[in-house]
Amino acid sequence: MIAPGTAQGVQAGRVRAAEGITAQVTVPRLVRQLAFDAVGVGVAAVMLFPIYWMVITALKPGRDILTLEPKWFPSPFTLDNFKDAIGRPFFLDDVRNSLVIVGVMLVLALLVSFLAAVATARFGFRGRNAYLVMIIAVQMVPLNALIIPLYFLLDSVDQVDALPGVIAIYLAVVLPFMIWTLRGFVANIPRELEEAAMIDGCTRIGAFFRITFPLIGPGLVATAIFGFIQAWNEYIIAYVLLSSPHNQTLTVWLASFTTNHGPEWGPLMAAATLTGLPVVAFFLILQRYLAGGLTAGAVKG
Amino acid sequence: MATATTADLEPASSFLRRQWLTGRLFPYALLTPSIAVIGGILAFPLGMLVYLSLQHYGLRELIAHQGEWVGAGNYQAILADPLFRQVVVRSLAFTFACVALTVVLSTLIALLLTRVRRAVRVIVMSALVFVWATPVIVTVDIWQWMFDYEFGIINYLLTQLHLGNFIHHNWFDNPVQGLGVLVVVVVWGAIPFVTITLFAGLLQVPGDLLDAAEVDGAGAWQRFRYVTAPLLKPIFLIVISLSTIWDFGVFNQIYVLLNQRPSSDYYTIAIYSYRESFGVSQYGLGATIAVLMVIVLVIVTLFYVRETVRQAEIT
Repeated sequence: MIAPGTAQGVQAGRVRAAEGITAQVTVPRLVRQLAFDAVGVGVAAVMLFPIYWMVITALKPGRDILTLEPKWFPSPFTLDNFKDAIGRPFFLDDVRNSLVIVGVMLVLALLVSFLAAVATARFGFRGRNAYLVMIIAVQMVPLNALIIPLYFLLDSVDQVDALPGVIAIYLAVVLPFMIWTLRGFVANIPRELEEAAMIDGCTRIGAFFRITFPLIGPGLVATAIFGFIQAWNEYIIAYVLLSSPHNQTLTVWLASFTTNHGPEWGPLMAAATLTGLPVVAFFLILQRYLAGGLTAGAVKG
Repeated sequence: MATATTADLEPASSFLRRQWLTGRLFPYALLTPSIAVIGGILAFPLGMLVYLSLQHYGLRELIAHQGEWVGAGNYQAILADPLFRQVVVRSLAFTFACVALTVVLSTLIALLLTRVRRAVRVIVMSALVFVWATPVIVTVDIWQWMFDYEFGIINYLLTQLHLGNFIHHNWFDNPVQGLGVLVVVVVWGAIPFVTITLFAGLLQVPGDLLDAAEVDGAGAWQRFRYVTAPLLKPIFLIVISLSTIWDFGVFNQIYVLLNQRPSSDYYTIAIYSYRESFGVSQYGLGATIAVLMVIVLVIVTLFYVRETVRQAEIT
């Protein structure tokens, strides 16, 4: 069988030669592949187990949760724990608060971090390194230590126990990491593409918006996911600065399931599942826009 | 040619605008919003933190909004405190254990991901994404439930596997075991981000280079050591820097797993600072510990941060 074209012929010959060599080692190679695959599945199982256990516990009736011999599957299966959790006071308020805080914060953060990312990825200027060091250094300050000063700050502008105050704080906390990540994505897009567009008659701004901006899409999505997770997870600031129950967030609501007698595991696991759900959903919805580029930003120095 | 003509005929206003946009001030204009937000919200609290650290500031002072100046007194007190030294050593050991385990395990999983078949890769990636997307506060609750001394699944499994009698074993009675559990919880939560980042980096390592090294007789370890690792250096740097910063500041995991009342055997610097402030209302001392914490962290990460910023130079 002679392939048309010399190059392809040579290529085919190489492949056959390689196959000839591998033929002798096919069985060990197959075993090795199976071993790798088995380890991979094992890793996935170990990582996922805690989440599986949360969902399973949430679906069990109370008497099946506190057993010395654990039940691996929920039978009988019940939604009572979820009903219990949803029926607690302020659930809907807290869902709304969490969504508002994270949503508003995210829109502002994407806008601001995008500008900063372009500046630090595309321009060389005095103070650039100092700015980058500042971006990293800010993340070193323990947030818990700033609670009292932040309280005073919000108090001076009448924003204690109000959503805008918390939104502003989250914004400042989440921005540094978002800027850093997005900077990597912008730096990843070859400047030559913009230059080519400018040679073809685009203005600099035009080139940026027609060429670079569409390519940053996945970067914006990945950065949005980072910001979403960080803000959705935050507990201590919301706990201290949002004192009235109808102003609190879901993570604070979650803490209310632990009473003096210890946690009520069934409802708590149901509540935890509900709290985690929006993040997972946000992730899954946006994931297809990422095309594998979730952390491409970190890859480019 | 056409562009030259357009430029010549350009109206003066747009010409000026372009000068500004391509001019030296433009990057600063882009940075202004972020500096305004970060500075506007964090500058005052940071300043006040340092100011508080120089004062005697208890509950009475908090209500009066007026502290009592003690200069370096708090610092002298804390630095002379044997508990503080213990806490610093514990925090550093805890951080080192978490970062080392996270980076080693993540590297192994990332390398594994390049060898498994596609379907398995999708399964592992989905698992990682799931873990990553689950809020920390939720995962801490799950682990607390799994390590429950009476009905926890971990004790049951270990007993069933004949690794000893773990019935009614309380993991947090012994701080070494308890901190071990905390390392497991932190590392488990940190693996997804680090693994996915490293895997993205591995995909960019040119296969030709690895093939060439193999032809030259390099074994698997040598290929990793002399080809892959140097190419991944920038990613390792940023991953180690961020992990160190995050793990050094771990708070929720310790606080929740120990039922919001960690004994002093479990104090890391972050917990110690919080307890001084909100446990015994010594806000001045709490602030001092927080400032010292940042100083320790800066010293620990100095090398990595400098290298990371250097790698971010515009090329």
